Amino acid sequence: MTEQAAPQERLGIVVAGSSAEGVDVKLDQAISVEDIVLGRYVTIQGEKRRFFGMITQVSLESSNPQVSIMPPDVSDPFISKVVSGTTTYGRIRVLPMLTVGADAASLLEGPQPVKTVPAHFSPVFHASQQDVEIVFGKEGGSQFHIGTPLDMETKVCLNLGEFVKRSNGVFGKTGTGKTFLTRLLLIGILQSRAAVSLVFDMHSEYGWEVMNEKGYRVKGLKQHFPSKVQVFTLDEDSARRRKVSADSVVKIAYSEIEPEDIELLRQTLRLTEPAVQASYQIAHKYGDRNWMETLFSPEVEQNEDFARSLNIHESTYRNLRRGLETLRRFPFLVPGGEGNSVQRILESLDRDINVILEFGRFEDYTAYILVANLLSRRIYAKYREKVERALGEGLPKPHPLVITIEEAHRFLNPELCNQTIFGTIAREMRKYNVSLLIVDQRPSGIDPEIMSQLGTKITCLLDNEQDVDSVLAGISGRSELKSVLARLESRQQALIFGHAVSMPVVVRTREYGSAESYKELAGGGKRLSQEKGADDLWS
Amino acid sequence: MEKIGEVIEARTGQFLAQCYRLHEAPPLGCLVKTRSGSTDIYGVVASASTHSLDPGRRVIARGEHESTDDAVFTTNPQLARLLITDFTVIITGHKSDGVMRHYLPPHPARIHAFVNICPSEEAKEFAISLDFIDLIVAAERDFAVDEIVAACLRRLATIQADPQDFLVRAGKHLTVLMFEEFQRLNSILKRLK
Repeated sequence: MTEQAAPQERLGIVVAGSSAEGVDVKLDQAISVEDIVLGRYVTIQGEKRRFFGMITQVSLESSNPQVSIMPPDVSDPFISKVVSGTTTYGRIRVLPMLTVGADAASLLEGPQPVKTVPAHFSPVFHASQQDVEIVFGKEGGSQFHIGTPLDMETKVCLNLGEFVKRSNGVFGKTGTGKTFLTRLLLIGILQSRAAVSLVFDMHSEYGWEVMNEKGYRVKGLKQHFPSKVQVFTLDEDSARRRKVSADSVVKIAYSEIEPEDIELLRQTLRLTEPAVQASYQIAHKYGDRNWMETLFSPEVEQNEDFARSLNIHESTYRNLRRGLETLRRFPFLVPGGEGNSVQRILESLDRDINVILEFGRFEDYTAYILVANLLSRRIYAKYREKVERALGEGLPKPHPLVITIEEAHRFLNPELCNQTIFGTIAREMRKYNVSLLIVDQRPSGIDPEIMSQLGTKITCLLDNEQDVDSVLAGISGRSELKSVLARLESRQQALIFGHAVSMPVVVRTREYGSAESYKELAGGGKRLSQEKGADDLWS
Repeated sequence: MEKIGEVIEARTGQFLAQCYRLHEAPPLGCLVKTRSGSTDIYGVVASASTHSLDPGRRVIARGEHESTDDAVFTTNPQLARLLITDFTVIITGHKSDGVMRHYLPPHPARIHAFVNICPSEEAKEFAISLDFIDLIVAAERDFAVDEIVAACLRRLATIQADPQDFLVRAGKHLTVLMFEEFQRLNSILKRLK
């Protein structure tokens, strides 16, 4: 592992620095500042250990302030050659992030978080392919290739085993490739069998093929793994129009809607606070499972004294009814007793089959919030039950579940996050083997407490100051990462940091959509089936 | 290796040598050497002067009726004996036990030791390290150091395989040495071309 790649190019030597702000490196005369790229990896050969870090700043320096007042005659090539690298020189700032010790024991331990800085005048090199491999692991097993570092061909791998243990976030402005990244992550999770996924697919982008921005078609998960993915839909017609087949149509019974759901929809349904309270009152009287049904029954609709009999103000009652009428217009909400969607989704998840729930034409937030929250709450309750039973009876815990939600700031904003199940999942994390994959373009809208609980954050370009601050809150080397984040390209580049990677990394996201990329992904699938074969031998 | 003069006054960091022939001092910045026991002492010509042998007797003008200035010496053959040319050398290093060292020798040069112009091969060996420049710059109080450095480097460049590369290396060495005196450095660099 200590073997170096062919002679590495020396960049310069460490001349100053601190553990908080990183070390300053004076560039060698032969190195042009223009060849230095922010976000690239370097290694620093300290006296006792090797440091692995990232370039966070490039600056031009001179040994004498007079140089900037009376610059030398650089039109003369001789003088220009003499002063470059001596009187004037380039300086870079490197944020050391990991160390690899020189002795055998520390080599086995692998890279460790950095707790000191390299000594003065330690030489600094561009990180070699092997260095990057040591830090980000080799593809295979639960290590999923997500992309390559800038200017390198090495693979950066996410440890999906670690990834699914906590809730995670994918952030970025619209059009920066969040959906592509999420699709890749879902494929990775599926292939590595690290967890089973439930995707609330608001824009019907994950299950079947969609057009990308360049106008060519990219395949969905169902097309790659037909036997491992089931597509549920709320909107049969949309599926039919897109000529895709849904495995199941989700219907939700009135009896499944509880006053808590109405409380969540207060803003989107424009309900007043008393109207929400009224729904609790009605549910209290007629039962959590019957109140909607009762409210929509012809007797109550015609009974003008209904509100008065419950001591509800007439205008409040009208407000509530108007709101609920909006719900009633959703064809996926059906009168009657038990809907069996939750049960069917759970059965699929139990069999290790990933579920994608398409919303079809119901792309408005009312439907999305209602359905996502309602289903997640029930599924979470079942998981909780299973985990508790497993604990009591000493059985293995159920397979981890990752719930993917888009437009997460609608659920997890500071006002709502305590009421939705997603707030609970994000906070309680892995206790019940359920975690979230949050996909969002306005991370500043998400409750800071939730943001702080996210294990791994993957962020594409963000240019709103508040969004950048909220994503980077609480991480060390924040100001340095901020400058890296602001300079990401608007497509196919992302900054990843958190539990699933050993250090923050900027990647050029792995390609998705070409025939070659499918073949590479399918390669992972083959390995998966081989693993399964081996498992079967022993079972 | 022809001798050009001998040491007539010696100090730790420099020596004065008298030329055997009037007006034939080595050029400014020229690398010369003298021997002191088993040590070769190297130095750079820092100044030269021609004056009366007897400090009490001033030289007077004699050529009023002569057609050329050389004729003055032909008409007054004693002048060649009454006038002397001498030159001062800043010591820039020494060689003992076969090793070239770019710092002062333990002892000054010996009086009456012969002084030679350093042959090209030896000068090349001497200039492998540029640390000798530091000793010239350090003699700032007594000499026109900037001129000496520039002259010396120009001369040494001519015997290098890649003169331009040598001058760039020397220039970089100077920038480190004179990082606080940017204008002075600039003027030396201009004289190196």
